[in-house]
This record gives sequence, C-alpha cells and structure tokens, in this order.
Amino acid sequence: MDVDVLVVATVARALAFATPLLWAALGEVIAERSGVVNLGVEGMMALGAVTGFAVAFTTGDVWWGLAAAGLAGMAGSALHAFVAITLRADAYVSGLSLTMLGLGLSALIGRAWVGRPLPDPMRTVDVPWLRDLPLLGPMLFQGQYVLTYAALLAAVVAWALLFHTRGGLVLRSVGENPTAVDAAGLHVRPVRYAAVLIGGLLAGIGGGYLSLAYRPSWGEGMVNGLGWIALALAIFAMWHPLRVVLAGLLFGACFTLAFRLQTVFPPELLTMLPYAFTVLALVFTAWRRGRHAFGAPEALGRPYLRGER
Amino acid sequence: MISGLRRQRSLHRWEPRAEAPAWRVMLVTLAAVGVAALVVTWVFVAYGVAPGEAWATIVRRTLLEPRGLSETVRKAIPLLLAGIGLLLAFRARFWNIGAEGQILAGAIGATAIALFTELPGPLVVPAMFLAGMLAGAAWGAVPALLKARMGVNEIITTLMFNYIALYLVRWLINGPWKARSATGFSYSERFPADAVLPTLGATRLHWPTLAIALVLVAVVALLLARSRFGFEVEVLGRSPEAARYAGIDAGRVTLLLAALAAGAAGLAGVGEVAGIHRRLVEPTQLSLGYGYAAILVALLARGKALAVVPAALFLGFVFAAGDVMRVSLRLPSQLPDVVTGLVLLLVVASEPLTRGRWVRRDPAEVAVAAPVAAPVAATVDEPAAGAADASAEGGG
Repeated sequence: MDVDVLVVATVARALAFATPLLWAALGEVIAERSGVVNLGVEGMMALGAVTGFAVAFTTGDVWWGLAAAGLAGMAGSALHAFVAITLRADAYVSGLSLTMLGLGLSALIGRAWVGRPLPDPMRTVDVPWLRDLPLLGPMLFQGQYVLTYAALLAAVVAWALLFHTRGGLVLRSVGENPTAVDAAGLHVRPVRYAAVLIGGLLAGIGGGYLSLAYRPSWGEGMVNGLGWIALALAIFAMWHPLRVVLAGLLFGACFTLAFRLQTVFPPELLTMLPYAFTVLALVFTAWRRGRHAFGAPEALGRPYLRGER
Repeated sequence: MISGLRRQRSLHRWEPRAEAPAWRVMLVTLAAVGVAALVVTWVFVAYGVAPGEAWATIVRRTLLEPRGLSETVRKAIPLLLAGIGLLLAFRARFWNIGAEGQILAGAIGATAIALFTELPGPLVVPAMFLAGMLAGAAWGAVPALLKARMGVNEIITTLMFNYIALYLVRWLINGPWKARSATGFSYSERFPADAVLPTLGATRLHWPTLAIALVLVAVVALLLARSRFGFEVEVLGRSPEAARYAGIDAGRVTLLLAALAAGAAGLAGVGEVAGIHRRLVEPTQLSLGYGYAAILVALLARGKALAVVPAALFLGFVFAAGDVMRVSLRLPSQLPDVVTGLVLLLVVASEPLTRGRWVRRDPAEVAVAAPVAAPVAATVDEPAAGAADASAEGGG
C-alpha cells in the first residue's frame, strides 16, 4: 500500500520534471536522425522560455506564449540550419554558438521580466477516462500540465512518423546515407532543414513549459543545463522516440528520489546529481554498445556536399 | 510529396582547396568582428546612447587609460591560458567545452594549498600553481579517458563537469570551507599574504600568471612546430585514418592533449583566486564565463598557437568593454555574452568561405550531364582530401 503510493508519486513527479527534457530530446532525435547535430538546444530552450514568458505576460494568454516559445526555438534553429546545412560550416561549433547567443540574448531580452510572476500561468488538468485507470491513471494522467500529456503523445507521433511513413524513411536515409538519397533523385537539404526546424520548435516548447507552467516566471538560470541533459538523453535513448520517454522517466525518477534525501545531503550536492547522472548514463550507453557508436545515424555531424564521400 | 522535389543541376560548382590563404582568413575574421561591432552600435542606438560617444568612452576606458588597459590585459590572462589549451585539444578533435569547470577545479586546488597547508613562504605560490594545474588536468582527464577508452561523447561530459564543478565550489564555500565572517554572501577565508600574487603597481594585473601564460603559448608554438609530438598532433587532427597508418596511438595523444589543455585552464583558475579575489568565491564571479569565451579564442586563432595572443586580447577587450558599458553607460551586463556568441557564430559561418570558392561550370557540362549520373561523375574528379594532405605536409 505504502509502496504503491510512493511509486505513483515518484512517477508523477518524475514526469513533471522530465517534460522539458522530453520535448527537447524528441526534437534533437528528429534533427540528428536527419544527420544534423544541434548543440544549440540549451540556447533554443532559453529563447523559448523568455519569449514565451514575455508574450504570455503581455497578452495575458499562455497559449499565445507557448506558440511564441515554439517559434522562438524554431528561429534559433533556422540560424543553425543555415550555417550548418547551407554554408556547410562545422555543425558542432555552430550549435555551440547558438547556445551562447541564445543564452546571452534571452538574458538581454528578459531583463524587464526578472522576478515577476506570471499572473495567469498554465493550469494542471486530468485526462478524461484515462485518469480512472488503476495505477496508471494517477501515475501518468492526473494533475499534470497539458504539455506533459502532449509530450507523451508527441513521442508516439514522432515514432510513427519516423518509422512508419515514407517521409520518415527519407529523413532517416538522409541521416544514414545522403549520397544514396541524392542519387535517388531526392533533395537532401530541404529534408535536413525540416528536421532541424522541427527540432527547434520542440526545444522552444520545452523552454516554454519551464517559464509558463513548471516555474511560471523568468530568470537567467532557468534552463540551467537542461538542454545539454536533453542532448545526452537523445544519445542514451539511442535516437528512438519511445525510448526517449522511458529514459526521461528514468532520469526524472532518479532526481525525484534523490531529492527525498534532502535531510541527509546539503542542497548543493543534490543539485549536482542530474549532471553526474547524465555522465553515468552516457558511460552506461557506451559500455553497452561497445566501442562503436552503434545506433547513431551514419552521417551524423557531416555536412552534405554533392560529390563528396 | 517528396518525390516532387526533383533537383536541377546548378550553374556553379564548389571548388574546395586544402589551405586557406592567410589574407582571406584575416579578412573574413575582421569582417565578422565588424558585423558584431555594427550590432553593438545598433544596441547603443536602441538604448538611446549616442554611438560615437559610447565607442569613444569604451576605447578610452579599455585601451587608452593605463588603468583601463590593465583591466583589458588582466581579463585576457585566463583567456590566454584556457585558449591555448583548447587550441591543443581542438587540434586533436577533442571537443573540450569544459574549460569553465577546469578553471574552477584549478581554483579549488589552489585554495586547498593556500588555506590548509603550512608550507614555507616562497613555496606557497608555486605549490598553488602546481596543485591548480593538477586539479584542472584531473578534471579534464576523466572525460578524456571516457572518450579514449569507451567513446563517450566528450562535448556533453565536459559540459556536465562544468555544472558539477560549479556546485562543488558552491558547496565548499557554503559548507566545509565557509569563512566564519561570511554572512549573506558565501566565500572562503581570506588567503594568507604568502598565497597572494603580486600585481603591477596599483592595478589588478597579476603579472606572474601573465608571464606563465605567455611562456606556455611560446612553448606550445615551439612544440607544435618542431617536435615529434607536434607532428603527431598535426596528423591526428588532419586525418585519424592517416594517424593510424603512421602508428600514432590516438588514444594516448588525445589523453595527453586533453590533460594539458585542462591543466592550462586550471592555471587560469589559480590566477583568478590568488591574483584577484584572494579567496574562493561564488563560482559565477570567480570565472565570468572565461572557459566558454576561450572556445572562441581557440577558434579565432585557427590552430596557430601565437595567434592566441591577439585573440585573447580581443576577447579581454570585449569583457573589459562590457564592464564599461555596464558601469559608465548603464547598458545591460549581458551584452558581452551576446557579442561573444555573435562573433563565434559569424566566424564559424564564414569559415567555409576561406576553404573554397564557387566556380562557373562549363555550359556544355550543365547541358549534357544526366541527373542520376551526377554524384558519381563528381566524385571522380575530386581526390580524397584528408589522407593525402596529411602525408604530403607532415614532413616538418
């Protein structure tokens, strides 16, 4: 009885914590499946969080804020797409500069809103019917934000699109062997652009969740490494949308359980845990798959130039 | 839907070249900096500050006045140390984003010596530099080991180690190392006089760290140009494949470079605590993002060790100018971060421009070529770049 309550509470808390990670990691899975690595997730989430908050604060409507958050993330990713795909510059450095620029810009834009709570933040809701399921209901379908349920749905949709449609096949092929896709008479770059833009949209929504729902406010340290953890999550899940959900829940559960140790450990050491756990998760992934990056898209991180192998 | 996107043969062909001419690299870099300066000017206008006057104030307070100039150089010190380290790491394709955490690790090492050992006076400072370097190197060696032995992505691990170092420092100054006098803000006890670096006159320019940084730059330049190790780094950076054929142990070289790079960043951390703060302080005040800016320093230098000096001075200027904007012009303190990110983006975006050019195709070629045959035909007239280059230029 008591154990049930603990498990239910832990999973529910874990899901709330993992929601921004799920959005951002799903976006990164889609982008990386097309062969474009985007290290700008942290910056895109910060841009999404600050833009979402500013728009929601001004219009008084969180849904406009959410739309703006997604668009802001997308705008950031467009910059990366142009530099990494069209100009064929180093995708790693380009993503990194997007993170630095995004963090700097969001701090600059958000100065006016620091320390002001959102008057009308996003509210938690239950999912009709599913909420009454035994065990699963209280774990997954009660008292969460719409964005949390939507993240679970997005993972299923991403999985279906990636693995069970022709478009998904093309996207994955572009990430594995762009030369073959090109030889088959299809364009490589528009597909990569689309994947990166979708990735940016989802990262922006993840940022919006932070500033509109999870902690309805804005502060410079809001994203605080979650974007980088999402990048690690994409690797840990081996670029598979459904495994992203499982991995996200596992991450969330570990942090939630760790925070129950608050009486034993000083807060600074507990705050350290998500980052330490991320390193451990990457080590575990590497150990499980051996020395070769099994599961990674073959052409990941390589710009495509026709005629180059 | 997607099959509708049939492509057309373009009128131009991209012609890559092995080595970018120096003047072109220079021009492109200056253009990137120029664009960033334009953006800053626009920000001045947006905030209602007269741009001409603002720039004049910045130049006077960072370059012309002796005190201002000393601040510019002082801020360039950690950038020099971390930057020359990253230059080494990047040349071996080890993407160390963790200089920030390695600076903090170095500061922790130096503080441990300064506060908790009873060394004779003249030995304290050398011991602090040594401990800081080792602490930084250890902090960087863990991700390097994981990368070399297991193939764990170093970009994410080095970054995670930044956060871990940040909270470690925060824990130390709030817990075991907290000063008795500290209320409100947290910091450690003040360093004893023997553990404080001398500064140039009344400025905050801790010259011993600057001297170490300059010597290190010279040593690295020499090492890269003249030694066997430099040759191995060169080959590894150009083509891991060629390195394997040449019998170079990539794991060993990567590990060594990563530890060297992290050790250099650790030295920067020693300089900050022993030269400026004279105690262990809040991590975001201890390093103002020098570890991230150092990435730009290394990239601006484009693999040339001596070029780290002007690159670090330029970013030292950006940081010092940020202070002037905040204090004298009352502009937001986040501007330097935006400028750093912007210059980085512009530099990486313009990089391909230095590596090749578009040439017009022969009209006959455009007309004749069948779309499906195109990729095959194009691969033939273009030799594989990496391996051939490395073996041809490796003699020096």
